[in-house]
Amino acid sequence: MTASNGHGMNMAEKILARAGGLDHVVPGQIVEGNVDLAMMHEQGAQTVLPFHQMGAETVWDPDRVVIAIDHWVPASTEGAAVLHRILRKFAAETHLPHFYDVGNHGICHQILAENGWVVPGDLAVGTDSHTNMLGAMGAVAAGIGPTEMAAVLALGRLWLKVPPTIQVRVRGTFGPGVFAKDLILRILGEVKTTGATYKAVEFTGPTIAALSMPERFTICNMTTEMGAKTGMVAPDETTFDYLRPIAKHSMHPLLSDADATYERVIDIDVTDMPPMVACPYSPDNVRPLPDVVREHVRVDQVFLGSCTNARIEDLREGAAMMKGHKVAPGVRFIVSPASTKIYQQCLAEGIIETFTEAGAVFTNSSCSACFGGNMGILAPEEVCASSSNRNFPGRMGAKEARIYLLSPAATVAAAIRGELTDPRDLM
Amino acid sequence: MKDVIEGRVWVLGTDVDTDQIISGKYLTIIDPNELKKHVFEIALPEFAAEARAGDIIVAEENFACGSSREHAPQAMRAIGVGAVLADSFARIFYRNAINLGIPTVEAKGVRRIFEKGDTARIEMSAGRITNLRTGAFVTFPPLPHHLLDLLEAGGLVEKVRAELEARKAAAGAA
Repeated sequence: MTASNGHGMNMAEKILARAGGLDHVVPGQIVEGNVDLAMMHEQGAQTVLPFHQMGAETVWDPDRVVIAIDHWVPASTEGAAVLHRILRKFAAETHLPHFYDVGNHGICHQILAENGWVVPGDLAVGTDSHTNMLGAMGAVAAGIGPTEMAAVLALGRLWLKVPPTIQVRVRGTFGPGVFAKDLILRILGEVKTTGATYKAVEFTGPTIAALSMPERFTICNMTTEMGAKTGMVAPDETTFDYLRPIAKHSMHPLLSDADATYERVIDIDVTDMPPMVACPYSPDNVRPLPDVVREHVRVDQVFLGSCTNARIEDLREGAAMMKGHKVAPGVRFIVSPASTKIYQQCLAEGIIETFTEAGAVFTNSSCSACFGGNMGILAPEEVCASSSNRNFPGRMGAKEARIYLLSPAATVAAAIRGELTDPRDLM
Repeated sequence: MKDVIEGRVWVLGTDVDTDQIISGKYLTIIDPNELKKHVFEIALPEFAAEARAGDIIVAEENFACGSSREHAPQAMRAIGVGAVLADSFARIFYRNAINLGIPTVEAKGVRRIFEKGDTARIEMSAGRITNLRTGAFVTFPPLPHHLLDLLEAGGLVEKVRAELEARKAAAGAA
């Protein structure tokens, strides 16, 4: 399977060849790639100084730059307010029209997804590590730092080493109570946090083909935790149907050749796979949830949110489980939708009512408790069940706090019982 | 960039993520001289107070994984960190550090040959890192020209500035 006649290219190679204006590339080759879409959140405030230090005056293509503030929305500290102000001033001065500001806000990756900013075949970069999520569109989407973003804004391009690609082939059907999040956690448990460093990860197979776009977003999102440059799914009718009404520019899908080369091929069968959980203190410390449930892990806080799992489908799933139950005494349950649009859908569908009547707090859209810098911060010795993506020490506050990463349904189950719970027990 | 870099070593383990270098609560700070007071607060609490210019960070696998925050290498640059060495790096940190002009070298087995307080000598073009206390050494493939050019220029800001100036000069001459 890994053999090749040397001519076939996989998706990542084709996309980087196109971006670099080349016919053919091989892993390890450095490509100067033209960027199709550049995204900044608050970290973009740090691009302004290097942009000016570079002597740049204009942005290469204002219609290919999106600013979406999300970490502190609305500003919760004076420092955050300053970051927002720097970005607003920069957008005004350099004539950047696509600014998703307070009131029209959402988590930057969700803003890109639901507004069709990244399309098949694109090279997209963003100042957030989870930019990988947009690879689900059949794109190469990678996180970069703010100084590098300043160079992208000035020149419209950046250098990238063509990555080797890991192909993950998935077959089988999820059982009840088992979701895309459980699949990506299982893969993380196998690939580990360094297993895809500098590499692309291409998900394929009948299970992936049957996934909705939101599920593909969840899976590609957490390739960041494997160290990957990007996570990808081949564009198909599901992708085209999702993007057709919203795409901001024309789609140029690129698919892997039949004789493409992969550094490694991983086969996964999800038949009979139980719900999974990533235990402290690493997203690759993954175990079957039923094994951990037996240890009666009490939780102080539950978080249903983040770019990984706070789309309307996740919140519907969670609300359906929540209905008729209450949040367990002594548990704080925070629900944060991934965008204002999703917030409005939750309002219209009664989801906010369901959660708040059960005793949860339903916040406005933001990164919320995921990153330990805004709200829902954990004290030492506290335990949190979370639908987010990282559980390294100090991620959500105190370095001693313990975070368990789960599917949305499993987080709601934990909120109801006050301890880690197999969601199938409540279905 | 000097071809031979020497400095006092600080050691770190595997999977030291960016939260352990600059915690999420400090991300609204953009002044590097403020940031440096909090660098490695979780991973190495004594570092910020005791570190001096020229010190060298030696980590194990997957150094600075996690977020894209440039606060981490910016704080190291503000301290004057002489180089960052690791068995392996997370990709965004690696780019960020080189973009800021910090010599950043991936060398298999490097963590194993050092203890805290040792002196490291890095020979960039020869591709060799030596522990001057024990004599133990590891080798590494020299950095690609592309990255050496970036470090030689002093970082990405300087490199892009030179390119934009050349572009303006060409436009003026035309």
